Amino acid sequence: MTPFRITAMTAISAMGVGLAETRDALRNRRGGLRPCDLPCMPDGVWIGRVPAAEAIEPAAAFACRNARLAELALRQDGFVAAVEEAKGRIGAGRIAVVLGTSTSGIEETERAWARRGADGALPPYDFARTHDLHALPRYLRERLGLAGPCVSISTACTSGARSFLDAAALIDAGFADAAVVGGADSLCRLTLHGFASLELLSRGPTRPCAEDRDGITIGEAASFALIERASPEDAGRIGLLGAGASADGHHMSSPHPEGHGAVAAMRAALGAAGLAPAAIDYVNMHGTGTRANDAMEDRAIARIFGDAVPCSSTKGWTGHALGASGALEAAIAAICIEDGLVPGCLGVDRVDPGFTAGIVVENRAARVDRVLSNSFGFGGSNCALVIGRIP
Amino acid sequence: MTPAVGIAGIGLLGPGLAGWAAARPVLAGHTSFAPAPVTPPVPAMLPATERRRTGPSVRLALAVAAEAVQASGLPPEELDSVFASANGEGQVIVSILEALHEPDGAISPTQFHNSVHNAAAGYWGIAAGSARPSVSLGGHDFVFATGLMTAVAQVTAQKAPVLLVVHDVPLPPPLAALNPGEGSFAAALLLVPEGAALGSLRVGYRAGGPLTEPALPAGLDAVRAGNPAARALPLLVALAAGQPATLSFALPEAAALDVAVAP
Repeated sequence: MTPFRITAMTAISAMGVGLAETRDALRNRRGGLRPCDLPCMPDGVWIGRVPAAEAIEPAAAFACRNARLAELALRQDGFVAAVEEAKGRIGAGRIAVVLGTSTSGIEETERAWARRGADGALPPYDFARTHDLHALPRYLRERLGLAGPCVSISTACTSGARSFLDAAALIDAGFADAAVVGGADSLCRLTLHGFASLELLSRGPTRPCAEDRDGITIGEAASFALIERASPEDAGRIGLLGAGASADGHHMSSPHPEGHGAVAAMRAALGAAGLAPAAIDYVNMHGTGTRANDAMEDRAIARIFGDAVPCSSTKGWTGHALGASGALEAAIAAICIEDGLVPGCLGVDRVDPGFTAGIVVENRAARVDRVLSNSFGFGGSNCALVIGRIP
Repeated sequence: MTPAVGIAGIGLLGPGLAGWAAARPVLAGHTSFAPAPVTPPVPAMLPATERRRTGPSVRLALAVAAEAVQASGLPPEELDSVFASANGEGQVIVSILEALHEPDGAISPTQFHNSVHNAAAGYWGIAAGSARPSVSLGGHDFVFATGLMTAVAQVTAQKAPVLLVVHDVPLPPPLAALNPGEGSFAAALLLVPEGAALGSLRVGYRAGGPLTEPALPAGLDAVRAGNPAARALPLLVALAAGQPATLSFALPEAAALDVAVAP
């Protein structure tokens, strides 16, 4: 694929509100995970919560936890101004909004459920603009005054990464000239109790790649990027160089143990970018902290890169933000490139001795021009992005 | 508008519309429409353990996907796919919401992994033995046009076939009161980069302007109105009639997807 310039970017998560705080937390190895203090959640787990979002008021019809996260992200990093500038240059009708979310505003329905009438009826709320998957892109479209194609993607934990791929296809096919991509996912009872039912939640902060890792910490996040096709004068700027996806075709919630699907997605992303594995300077892993995911991903990475490329998961800082994680980690990849930083996994005393990829557990200063970022999800969905300096 | 994209296979299941071959004379207006409830078929292509876990929305999706792929003669494991559904498997979401509000708040692990919006795509990958990329979309009442636009964009950008599956089952109570629906419906189009046996279409996005909603054969307007996936009916009617047609489909908030159909 031809590269896409990332004109603007924003991210909020438990590790920071906006890119400056995110950068600072990465550099100083300051994670954002805390013991869970939300009501009606599984006992004894930790979460990656964004309290600053809870005081935000999005447009009334869209008001729900997911829209609050989205609105807080929009207020950071000059994102709205960058979109305004692009509107003037390209036209509002030529800018698509393509966003990923796994559970959208279902938290609003969970709240309403507790207030059902004696007949079981729910109190009135705007289902289409909260719970519905399309609520998130419709909110950004309205808030940003955009009129291009509106797409909601929900492929579980690859949703945010996948948005880059589908937006690139829409632009390549001529449906738009630019796109706001990314994702938002918010803490809700469905996902916390769901992962608890699978016995996949860690008892403390998640420690991806650790020998004694014991599961996921669920987080919430929103991260958006404005992408448009790169021109020759964009050389050296940060962009999307390639993207690839695959399916496991194996099981609904367990990854293929040998990581065939993960390998296929990484190879597809490298192929789309026209890059050999040696051109990658850092792999940002999906790295959820579960026994099965991290072992599978280590094998898949080692198959392509051996131990030659440093790799780590940043979920020890943010928790697993599910459908927003791919978008959030694209922003983290951009920071790593700008800062020349390879962030080592947080809270790991000893890397799983069975691992053979180049797992890093301390921060390293290094020239980073190209990052491969992995996302894997239920339903056997895999997606990899190459974020890097545009040649 | 995009270059022409061919249609190499069609799958269809809706009230009184039991498969493309059987439904074609009804859609073309040669035979009158007789509504009949849809029974989502048990997906024989899945292993027995997986088969039991599938709900009605997933079953509809797998049935129309298999029909479209079979008609095309293309190998199912080599196809990229786009699954589009407004509501996904609503009965799973409702039973999880019920369970969350029981005193112990525990939910079933199988229900949880079936609650992801890409469950249909996941089961399709298992059934077809496919490692090809798949994306799953929402889209509320605009889900068919959103799915068609996304699939045509992929075919155009990648110059490779894409299986589009749009499927919806009405939400159960109490969610039904907030987002009402009537009748289950699913359709699949196997889109290919060149012209194909069943016709071709060109697609363009318009940020605003008038919509033309053609009249459908008697009785089908109600089907279209009752289910977001059934917004595909005007396209299916045009393909069944084998006549050139220019259609437009609503997209948020006042946008439209224009579709030029050639037989």
